[in-house]
Order: sequence, then C-alpha cells, then structure tokens
Amino acid sequence: MRAERVVSIARVRGMGIFLGLISLVMLLPFGFEVPARTEATFEISQAPALPVPALSMDVRLVSVVLGLVTAALCGVLVLRRSTRGAYAVFTAGVLCFLWSFLVWVGRGNSLNFVALLGLSLISATPIVYGSLSGVLCERSGVVNIAIEGQFLLGAFCAVVVDSATGSLWAGVAAGAAVGALLGWVLAFLALRYGADQIIVGVLIDAFALGFTNYMLEQVLSPHENLNSPGTFPAVALPGLSRIPIVGPILFDQNVFVYGAAMLLVLVNVALFRTRWGLRVRAVGEHPQAAATVGIHVLSVRYRNVVLGGLVAGLGGAALSIGSTGQFSQDMSAGLGFVALAAMIFGRWRPYGALGAALLFGFARSLVGFLGVLGVAIPAPFLSMAPYVITIAVVAGLVGRVRPPGADGVPYRAE
Amino acid sequence: MRLELDAITKRFGSLVANDKVSLTVEPGEIHCLLGENGAGKSTLMNVLFGLLHADSGAIRIDGGAVRFADPGEAVRHGIGMVHQHFMLVPVFTAAENVVLGFEPTRPLGLLDRRRARADIRRLSVEFGLEVDPDAVVETLPVGVQQRVEILKALQRDARLLILDEPTAVLTPQETEALFSIMQSLKRSGRSILFITHKLKEVLSIADRITVMRLGKVVGATTPQEVDESELAAMMVGRDVELVVRKAESHPGEPVLELRNLRVVDERGVAVVDGVDLEVRAGEIVALAGVQGNGQTELAEAVTRLRPVSSGSIRLAGEDLTRASPREVIRAGVAHVPEDRQEDGLVLGMTVADNLVLDIYDVAPFAAHGVRDLARVRGNGETKLSEFDIRAPSADVAVGTLSGGNQQKVVVARELSRPVKLLLASQPTRGLDVGSIEYVHGRVVAARDAGSAVLVISSELDEVLALGDRIAVMYRGRITGIVGPGTGREEIGLMMAGVTVPPAEAPSTAGDGGAAGAGDTGDGGPHAGPAGGGAGKASGDPAPGKGSTR
Repeated sequence: MRAERVVSIARVRGMGIFLGLISLVMLLPFGFEVPARTEATFEISQAPALPVPALSMDVRLVSVVLGLVTAALCGVLVLRRSTRGAYAVFTAGVLCFLWSFLVWVGRGNSLNFVALLGLSLISATPIVYGSLSGVLCERSGVVNIAIEGQFLLGAFCAVVVDSATGSLWAGVAAGAAVGALLGWVLAFLALRYGADQIIVGVLIDAFALGFTNYMLEQVLSPHENLNSPGTFPAVALPGLSRIPIVGPILFDQNVFVYGAAMLLVLVNVALFRTRWGLRVRAVGEHPQAAATVGIHVLSVRYRNVVLGGLVAGLGGAALSIGSTGQFSQDMSAGLGFVALAAMIFGRWRPYGALGAALLFGFARSLVGFLGVLGVAIPAPFLSMAPYVITIAVVAGLVGRVRPPGADGVPYRAE
Repeated sequence: MRLELDAITKRFGSLVANDKVSLTVEPGEIHCLLGENGAGKSTLMNVLFGLLHADSGAIRIDGGAVRFADPGEAVRHGIGMVHQHFMLVPVFTAAENVVLGFEPTRPLGLLDRRRARADIRRLSVEFGLEVDPDAVVETLPVGVQQRVEILKALQRDARLLILDEPTAVLTPQETEALFSIMQSLKRSGRSILFITHKLKEVLSIADRITVMRLGKVVGATTPQEVDESELAAMMVGRDVELVVRKAESHPGEPVLELRNLRVVDERGVAVVDGVDLEVRAGEIVALAGVQGNGQTELAEAVTRLRPVSSGSIRLAGEDLTRASPREVIRAGVAHVPEDRQEDGLVLGMTVADNLVLDIYDVAPFAAHGVRDLARVRGNGETKLSEFDIRAPSADVAVGTLSGGNQQKVVVARELSRPVKLLLASQPTRGLDVGSIEYVHGRVVAARDAGSAVLVISSELDEVLALGDRIAVMYRGRITGIVGPGTGREEIGLMMAGVTVPPAEAPSTAGDGGAAGAGDTGDGGPHAGPAGGGAGKASGDPAPGKGSTR
C-alpha cells in the first residue's frame, strides 16, 4: 500500500529549469566572480580528543565544478522523457547548490560544519514533534491547525512551571499537559459540536498568541524569575558520541532530540503495524466504513486529537526549555505551520515529515550562521529564507499528494 | 438463523420511513426485499444493523428479542451487511479491510497479517470468493470489491447477510457470479436478505419476496406466485409499462461524429482510447458498459468539460473539438449529466433559476446585463406543468425536490432549446419507476422530433429498451456496436471486454447498425459494413480478457 507520488513531465521540466537557474548562480556569483585562490575552510572536528583535519576548498574551483555538474543534471531533467528518478536527480542538484553556497558564504573564513549540523537537529526537533502531532490528528481525520498555538502555550507553560518549581521535568509535563488541553478544546468543539476544524484551530492559535503576549508583558516582565528556566543539557551517549563527525551531531544532544527520535519510530510502528493504527487510519480514510465494523469514530478522533495536542505541547517545551531557555514573544514564529507543511511533504508519514523538518532546521541554523559571519544579505531576508525554502519545497517538489480520505471532514453518526 | 422483524416503525420528523414493517427470514433462505427508492428499505436495514434505532417494534433472532445499539452489536449477533456503497477503505488491502474491527493480533497489539491472510484464503476457498488478500482495494474491480465486503461479513461469522442493492454496480456476468456465491452461502445454512428493485433478479434468485412501498409492507409472495408485471404493480402501486414504446427509427444525417477520440486523465492514462462513434439524427445510440470504462470521460469530452488529447468531435459538420462548453450548448447539444446533483443542478437555487442556467444571460431572461426575474419565474411555472415537475412552486430550492423531479428539471432545461444532440448520461439512475417511464418517454420523443440521441447507461435493461443501436465500451474502447435484438448475454460479454465475432452481431434492417469487431488474433480495428457509414468500432480486446468460459 505505497502511495505513489504523481509526477508529471511538466513538473520534471520545471525542476530541470530550476536547476539550470541555480547552476548559473553557482557559475557566476559563486564561481567566476570570486577572486582566484579564495579559500573556505570547514571545521569538521568538535571534540579536541578526536582531531579531524579541517577541510579547505578553493571557492571558485568548487563552485565552477559543482555548477557544471548541476547544469548537466538540468540537461538530464529537461531532455528526459521519463519521470523516473527525477527526484533523485533534483535532490543531487540542490545538494550541489548547497555545498557551493556554503563554500561561497564561508570564503575567507572558517565554518564549523559539525556545529551547524548539530544546531540543525535542534532546530528541527520542535518541527518533528509538530508534524507527528499533525500525523496523529490528520490520520484520524481531524485537521490540527492549532499546532502553532499548542507550541506557543506549551513553550510558555514549560518555562513558567520550570522557573517556579525548578524542575525541568515538571516543565516538560506542563508543556505536554497544556498542549493536550488545547487539543481537547479543539476536539470538544470540532467533534462534539461539529464546529469547523480550521476555524477552531485558528482561534486557538490566536488565543495562544494573545494570551502569552499579555502574560509576558504583565507577569513575566515584572517577575523576571518566572522567565528564567534552566535548559536540558546535552547528554552524550557513551560510545556512540565518540564516532567522528556523526557522533557529536547525533549522539550528543538533549532529551528532546532523543525523545523526538523515539517518538518518530513509535508513531510509525503504531500507525502502520498495530491494530490501533489500522483503526485510526480507517477512521481517517473512511469513517463510515469504520463505524460499520463497530469502531467508535468520534472516540478514536477524540483520543488522537488530545494525544496530538500533547505531542505538540512537548514540541513547545522543546522550543523553550529544550533550546533557548527563555520565553520570548511569539517564539513559535509560525513553526507550527511549518510542521504541518513538513507533514504534507512527508505524505502524512512520520519518516517523510522528518526529511522536511531536517531541511527546515538546516535552513534555520544556516541563517543563524550567516548572521554571525556577517554576510551582506539584509537580516529580514535572511530570516525569511527558511520559510521561503519550505514553501518552495512543499509547493514545488511535492506535487499532488493524497491526504487521508476524510481529512477535515466532520463525521456524523446518522 | 431465523430473523423476525416485528412491526418496526421509524420516523424522521413527520416522515414515517418505516410504518409497522414486519418480515421473517427463515434459516437458509434467500429473502428478497423489493421496493422503489424511498420505499424505506434502506432505513429498515439500517435499523436492523444498529445504525438507526427504531421508534417502536422488535427484532428477534431465533426467537429471542435483541436490540442493537451500534453495528458492532449487530455483528456480534451474526448479522453481516454488504452495503450498496461499499464500506471499504480504498487505500487498505483486501486483508486489512476484511479484518478491520476484528483484527487478529500478536502481543503489543501488533497486527497478525499472516493470520489475516490465511483466514481470507480459507473463506475464499470455502465459498468460491476469489480475492487476493494483498491487493489494494481501490485497484480492484467493483465485483471483487464486493467479494471483499462479503468476506468481511463471513470473517465475523455472519449467519444472516444483508445485501443492499448488490447488483447495481455489476455486469451481468458478475451478477451471475454473485448469485452462485449466494447459493453456496445458502447451502451452508446462512440466510440472505437481498434488497433490490430489479424484478428479474428477484424472480430468479428469491425463495420468498417481501414488497415495500412508501414505508409499508404491501405484500409477501414467492417467485412461483407472481410474474414481473404483478411485482412491478405491487412495488409502484399501479400498473406500469415495463417496456418502452417506440416506433422504428428513421436515421437521417450524421449529427455527432467522434473520430479516433482520445482522452487522457490526470495520470496520463488514456481513459478514452481511440473511440469512433457516429450518432445520426432520429436515432438513439445507447452506450453500454460497466461504470468506469471511460463513458463518463467520453461524455465530458463531448460537452467540452474535459480536454481532448487527440481525435475530433464534430456536431452536424461543425468542429467542436476545441469549443468551450458554452459554444457546445449554443451549437445545440443538450446534456443530462450523470451526477445531476453535482453537475446538473445548483441545489440551493430555485427551480426557476435552474431552468434557465444555460440562458439566464440572454433575451428574454436578461437585457443589458439585468435579469428579468418576472420572466424567469413565469418560465419556471410554465415548465412545471409542461414537464410534470411536482414542486410546490418554481420558487423553491431545487434541492428540496425528490430525485425524479430533480431529473425532470434537468430534462426540462435541456430540452427547452433547439436540440440537435441529446446526450443523456445514466438518465434514470436512482429514479423511481414512474420517473423512469417519464424520462424514457422524453428521450424517445426527442428522437422522434429528429434529434440525435446518445444515451450512456450502465443499466442493461435501459440500454436494451432505448437503443436503436447499442455500442459497448470497455476500458476506453468501443468493443462493438450491435443492433437492438442482441441478447443480454452477448452484450454482457462485450461489457467484460470480449469482442463479438461479426457473424453473431445481428444487423438492424436498413441502417446497417451492426459493426464489427475483430477476431481476437490481430486485435486491429475492423470497420463494419455500415450502410451510410453508421457505425465503426475499433475493437481489440484488452490483454488477458480474450476468451470466454
């Protein structure tokens, strides 16, 4: 039961033309316009105990070579008549561009590659929680637009409870609980009273934003001690974290990152291998069919929406006490919607969503690095970039994907 | 299992959908519940299956009273239901669908797929229900999907099966196969409650018959005691004409000419694959075929609602291949669409507005961009009486009318302008016998008035009743064009992709309607010797479907 991605020839051509355009960027601004013998250095060692030599590259040479490769890939896509393997070719081209871009950005500088990827993972973590929340809800047929609000309020409550009690774990519990509570509100209004799921979700988002803004101004600002939580420290997994390059990136992270990984596997297995998952998917695809075999459609949806809220609340906690260690105004900044986009990109499958989450996380942490390096791109454009990339990927690359059959459709027993 | 329904009453507001309905199904009996749409059959079955709750009355199984709060309880009491609109999850495999709600599991709630498959294989063999457990349901033909539904009931040990209009979506051959499955279920001691409105089927398979009309049981009988027209009279409440009266056709000039028409769907699959078809003035061509073989797309291509990828469409000599839908209307095409509620009407708008949807913007209904509402209303009232539309007034929303009256609104609108071609898709789907009679009469009248008529229908009875020539479509191709005297069996085979040898295709006098199909060897198109170039069929059977039993 693999869902096939529908790719049209026209879309493949479009991808090819896109590669052509970026290959021009690689050849000219990144390539020939760079003075000869400019070097960029990638630091790929973090632990002093494991010295890995830094990688120095000639910017012009690398960009020109990669630019030519990309141009060739463009030719492949434009001239081919079949659509098979188009995604692989396209991805290869985009990776070439990224490499060239990094080299260009880091020219005359050194870039800590390991730190960049490690940070990408941290940035991706809330999105993974968010998209898992989306998967849980939408696989049962309820659209959870409220993820953004669940993030925000989850982040807020985690900070406040942690600051007040001094217990990080209490903060996590508070984030999860408030997420679940918002999930329950969505379920109650949308399932019990048949209110429009999108509208209820947007209202929850608006409420979370207004409420946290107010509280930040009125309560947290005068009482700084309520906005000074700890953050979860990175925990190096013995052995694994000592693997060169990969170790520090993957196995020296905080509990939220490990938690996201475990949850990812858990949700995937539960959804596709268990009785519970079969029933959830049946409810999301064809609730009437589920009802006729004695499955209580509304209870399944209720449970999943609350569960999804809980997971999104965890994502909120990951944003605050898993990362910055402080609550700031609108700190979710649309990540909840990015998470939904990641879910769609992943075709409502956990592992697929992971790819999009990583892409966004990478783009976000890269932007952070660019700011530090002082690249001559205005800051607002830089902070826009991750979102633009996400839109481009979801709209351009994904094509037509098929949501669960009854996604967003209210169910009535009679 | 012996099932007794005793004086079941179910009301929806002021409407009494079931009024003291009683019937008994004996063990090992095939019991037919016959009635028109809206007679209350489905309500009764939903009550029996726990989807609805009766206001009064009792259900007894083997003498003991039962009450079902939900379908799960009905299932636990041994009742299985095969719904008219299959209750299958399209993206699940057959096995997943069969076990849903009743899943064999291993520890931790993990699905035991191997056992699920084994269960299905066992039941398949036992009852002759061949299904691949790992096939994704949406890729299966409807006949096989129906078997999955039956397997679902059997896997739950159903001792009484309710089959709700099971033959509506089947070819005649698939219907035969279903009947033999029903017989084998009966031999195993299971009872079957078979719901239908098709008289021939009732007479061929039923042990006993209960007839419902307007929510009441109006008679109980057996096939030995009645004939078709008596059953029809019971069902409708008056004598009905079961055959369409029409004089011999006098075909004139070709009106609609399709040449090598190809239509490609969103995935690039040719859904209409090289169709040549001609419809002449004063004749009805009936296009038969199981739903989903490209008829819908053909109709949409002709009305220009769907792009044509190659070939041509001509109407009375005028090339319409690239025309807009509005140009098609202006050129004289009347279209009764397959899904009247989606494509034929704007349900929330009034009857009067729906009657001028095609000409609302021109005189006399509008001038200088302003509509003349008085005229629109006047036109509405006129059409109500002219076309016998039963509505309180022309100002009510068309969605409040019954299916039959909605269809009359569509027909009234389409036939109220000069018509060169009437294209009617599934024109009587879901209609009661009275409305069917009416629509058929209008179709024949349009023909007699000199229009060319193309009727697309998956109901074989309708095809045989209306067609002056019958074209059969299978997988986007015309598998043959035959005359009206052709047997059901033969057309049924063509609907399953078997091309008819030319010798067997009878030809109608004068117009040379029969044309032909090729020997299965080379699969090339063979144009029949059509007098006046009437019919042409490119017939080559789809791979693997070439032989008959």
